[in-house]
Amino acid sequence: MSAPKKRIEIKLEGNLDSVELAEELVLCIAVASGFDEENCHRIGMSVREGMINAVQYGSRQVREKLVRMSVELLPDRMEIRLADSGKGFNLADVPDPLAEENLLKSSGRGIFLMRAFMDEFDVRRSREGGTELVLVKRLPSAPQAEAL
Amino acid sequence: MAFHATPRVVGDVTLIDVSGRITLGEGSAMLREMLRDLLGKGQKKLVLNLGDVNYIDSSGIGELVSGYTTVKNQGGELKLLNLTKKVHDLLQITKLYTVFDVHSDEVTVIRSFR
Repeated sequence: MSAPKKRIEIKLEGNLDSVELAEELVLCIAVASGFDEENCHRIGMSVREGMINAVQYGSRQVREKLVRMSVELLPDRMEIRLADSGKGFNLADVPDPLAEENLLKSSGRGIFLMRAFMDEFDVRRSREGGTELVLVKRLPSAPQAEAL
Repeated sequence: MAFHATPRVVGDVTLIDVSGRITLGEGSAMLREMLRDLLGKGQKKLVLNLGDVNYIDSSGIGELVSGYTTVKNQGGELKLLNLTKKVHDLLQITKLYTVFDVHSDEVTVIRSFR
C-alpha cells in the first residue's frame, strides 16, 4: 500500500494580500517539515517572489483572477507550484539582473532569487493557459545526490 | 514586524533608522517617500541604518537601488549601515554589495562622506 499523499492545493485571490498569506502558509509547512531557519526563510521568500509575479503579471492584481498554489511533500522534497491565468512568459526573455546594464535597475530580481534559493526552479505553461512556477526544495532528511 | 523609519541628524549627515520589513507595498513605498522627502529638504548625505531590518524582498532591494541612484543623480550619497546577515547575503548574491558603500560602524560612516 503506497504512502498517503501529502498535498494541499488552494486558490488565492489575485491581489497583493494573497502574497503574505501564501508565504505564511508555506512557512508553516516548511517548519513542520524540519527545514532549518535559513532554508525556511529561503522557501518563504521564493514563494513570496513567485506570488508577486503571479499577482502582478498573471492576475494583473485583479482579485477574481485566482492564483492556484499547491504544496506537496514527497519522500525527498517539498514541491510548490504557483499557477496563474495570465499570458505566460518566456524565461529566456527575462533579463539577467547581474548583467552590468541591469545592476542598477529597480526591478527584475524575483526570478533570480527563486533560482538562487530553491534547489530546482522551472517555468511551465499552466493548465489555465498562464504560467506555472515549480519550486523544489530537498527535504533536510533526504540524501544529497553527491552522497549516492 | 511592521516597517518603521526614523531620521536623525548628526552634523550634516542624516541617518535613517529603519526597522521591520522592507517589502512590496507599505515598506518599500514608505522608504521611497522618506528619501524623496529628505532630498526635497536638501539633505544629501544619507545613511540607511538597517540594523533592525529582518526581511527584505526583491522590491525592497529595488527601493534601495532606486534610492541610491536618485540620491546620486541629485549630487548626494546614500550609504548603508549595520546590515543584518539576511540583507548582507541578499546584496552579495545580487552583486549589489560592491555598489553600495556599506559600513558596520556609525562613526565611520559619518566620517566617510566627502
